[in-house]
Amino acid sequence: MTLLLPAAIFFAAFFILPMCRLFLVGGSGAMGWSAYAAIVTDASYFKALLATLGVAAATTVATLVISAIAGVFLQRHRFPGKSLMVSMLTLPLAFPGVVVGFMVIMLAGRQGLIGVVSQMLGGDNLVFAYSLLGLFMGYVYFSIPRTILTVMAATEKLDPRLEEAARSLGASPWRVVCDVILPGLKPALIAAGAICFATAVGAFGTAFTLATNINVLPMVIYTEFTLSANIAMSAALSFVLGAVTWLALAVARSLTGPNVAAAG
Amino acid sequence: MKKTLFTLQFAFTLAVCAFLVVPVVLSVLAGLTANYFIGIKSGLTLRWVGEVWDGYQDTIYLSIGIALACLAVTLVLGVPAAYALARTRSRLGRLFEELLMLPIAVPGLATALGLIVTYGALGSFRTSWTFILVGHVLFTLPFMVRSVLAVLSAIDLKTLEEGAASLGATFRERFFHIVLPNCRNGILAGALMVVTLSVGEFNMTWLLHTPFTKTLPVGLADAYASLRLEIGSAYTLVFFMMIVPLLLAMQAIAAPRTRRFARDDGKLETM
Amino acid sequence: MSQTHPKPLQISLRGCAKTFAGGIRVLEPLDLEIAAGETLVLLGPSGCGKTTTLRLIAGLEQPDAGGRVLFDGVDVTRQGIETRNVGMVFQSYALFPNMTVAENIGYGLRIRKLPKAEAKARVAEMMAMMRIEALADRHIDQLSGGQRQRVALARALAVRPRALLLDEPLTALDAQLRDALRVEINLLLRELGITTIYVTHDQAEAMVLGDRIIVMSHGKVAQAGTPREIYHRPSSAFVADFIGTMNRVRGEWRGDGFACAGGRLRWSDPTQVVSELMFRPEDVRVVGDDALADLEGKVAAAFFLGDRTRVLVDVGGESPLIVESLARSTLQVGQTVKLQVDPAGILAL
Repeated sequence: MTLLLPAAIFFAAFFILPMCRLFLVGGSGAMGWSAYAAIVTDASYFKALLATLGVAAATTVATLVISAIAGVFLQRHRFPGKSLMVSMLTLPLAFPGVVVGFMVIMLAGRQGLIGVVSQMLGGDNLVFAYSLLGLFMGYVYFSIPRTILTVMAATEKLDPRLEEAARSLGASPWRVVCDVILPGLKPALIAAGAICFATAVGAFGTAFTLATNINVLPMVIYTEFTLSANIAMSAALSFVLGAVTWLALAVARSLTGPNVAAAG
Repeated sequence: MKKTLFTLQFAFTLAVCAFLVVPVVLSVLAGLTANYFIGIKSGLTLRWVGEVWDGYQDTIYLSIGIALACLAVTLVLGVPAAYALARTRSRLGRLFEELLMLPIAVPGLATALGLIVTYGALGSFRTSWTFILVGHVLFTLPFMVRSVLAVLSAIDLKTLEEGAASLGATFRERFFHIVLPNCRNGILAGALMVVTLSVGEFNMTWLLHTPFTKTLPVGLADAYASLRLEIGSAYTLVFFMMIVPLLLAMQAIAAPRTRRFARDDGKLETM
Repeated sequence: MSQTHPKPLQISLRGCAKTFAGGIRVLEPLDLEIAAGETLVLLGPSGCGKTTTLRLIAGLEQPDAGGRVLFDGVDVTRQGIETRNVGMVFQSYALFPNMTVAENIGYGLRIRKLPKAEAKARVAEMMAMMRIEALADRHIDQLSGGQRQRVALARALAVRPRALLLDEPLTALDAQLRDALRVEINLLLRELGITTIYVTHDQAEAMVLGDRIIVMSHGKVAQAGTPREIYHRPSSAFVADFIGTMNRVRGEWRGDGFACAGGRLRWSDPTQVVSELMFRPEDVRVVGDDALADLEGKVAAAFFLGDRTRVLVDVGGESPLIVESLARSTLQVGQTVKLQVDPAGILAL
């Protein structure tokens, strides 16, 4: 299979080798190999890990709920303007995290729309762009398009006859949703959820734009590398981060086939 | 009851649409408004877009250049690889496919760090745009391979090749007459994906860039941090103008085509 | 019609076996002589090795060490299919989706770098022969199954191959179409006079098309012969069962015949000690006269098949006998009938 050779050589030289180097560098610093345990042993790293996992988990839940409702609705109904809606919902599919961060600022920054509206309604100028809440909103923003696509595709494959059978047996629409539709979508939702989680864990651009005092792991890795010049620590942390995201996506793939783009 | 349910879901979905679209509209407007703090009342202007072009056009050119180079490299590396994977049933092939997907699974940060610790010492490589290109290729190659592989797996490639061979075609002739034309759609979809992802790539590029090799997203991050909101918005507007046509093209390709089937008496039916 | 068809090819296989990865032996060492211009049918259930044999002749597979493939006495074993110049029709037709019908048919000519005008004429000739001129600019997914079949044949024949190899070409079609195309292909092959190897699992197809049939099972040849030989004188129970329907009757030879459930059969070869005899449904008939009757039983079921009637008669044996008659019969279920079996049709295996 000599046709695989060019790609294989490129990949070996520029990914496999660097990953091995990264692993070794991770263990070559002042802490030695215990740097790999630092993610749980060091208080500040551990806090960052929890924040990262927390935001990612919250993002996943919110995205799944939103996408499930909107996705099933869109797939099942026909009305004028539907394709426009679908187009709008899936347009941000490849927006980089940087741009999404900027739009979070537009919505929830110091001159953000939400702040203006909340002031008009008589309250305070709501500003939360530069906190974990802002990050959460940004992550939900770029997770919705790809998750909705997955949900719509899965809904299309659902056999409507199962729902008809349930209704013929007397099930109310709510029961049909709980007992037939949701279980039918479960594999797709799990897979999409894992992708959503992995992407949020590894995302960097959004957090970067929203300023450096957001304490999630990718930012910690970045500051260790650029400000503290602690290459070993950043290498170790990023290697662990990579392992976590790979694991989440491996779970996703074992449950469905094709993945959707991960950008962050 | 059914009507209220419909209306509720419709309203919800509309709200989600608004959530996604309003910020885009806002930032487009902000880039065209003379003074964001005053608002639309201050009038529309192309001044900010002009300033962006003056200050940042080289980032735009570099992004386009890298995206096209990335496309070329992924075509040369990816199409033959996809063909090989479609034809082989060996475990080695499966393993290679899994490995190839790794750069998507692993955060861009980690991939970039890996490249830096391994090749950072090579001065001329480190400071050239090819360093960024390598990162982009790693990230986009799986998409090209997957796209072409999906198309090739859907047709019975082996029998088609045997058919061509039975008519005397050599491997080269088969590859160019039969294999390539039949994965045109996969190549096109893959190409759009590669270019779109490359233009928007930030996570790796931020670490891999130097002040002389700034791409558009890198410039964006700079502008957001240091410049007026209006300039950041105008810059974002330019980015949207580049990327939205690509996204629309991808949506158009993904739309199902009507297929025509024939009954056995020779008449055509449209499905 | 084409005037310059090449001289028909003689094909020989000597000791060709095939073992696949994992040690699976799909073909035992095979010796085969195919006469020039002959239509040979390889018949058997799936997994019997017939397709493998075809692919060995084509050059898509290589025989295990020691096996040889000869075309007109010349050893072509080492040659791949690209240079053997055989026309092949695959079960799924393998038509190229990125080309029109005319381009598909002309592909082999394009590879051989035939001048454009000549190629065009040849393609037109082939389309006329297969009666598909109207389809010239259609794409493959716009064709019905029967049309694809014709295009596949036209493509294979356009290059004037030395032999024609067909791998279950009619299996993907519905029954009525299959019947019609079977006859067409038969006429076409007779007209062309080209050496043809045809693989199928459908014994009706084999009977119609083959000059000779080779029945295969588990990688070995079960029997080789003309359709009549195979049908009337099967050499084993497997072949007998595979071709057409067989009635099997257990019993033992007594002085006056073969005693079995329901009566006795007029069969006389006391030198063979057999416990089972076989005969075809069309060699049994219902008789009214007791003097002519060999067996007696009750009608279990009667199927009106249009041009004939198939009657199941329970004579007290393991399974009912199948009797086929052309006569318009009015037999009722449960009715007692008398049967006469033609001794000429009785087989002992």
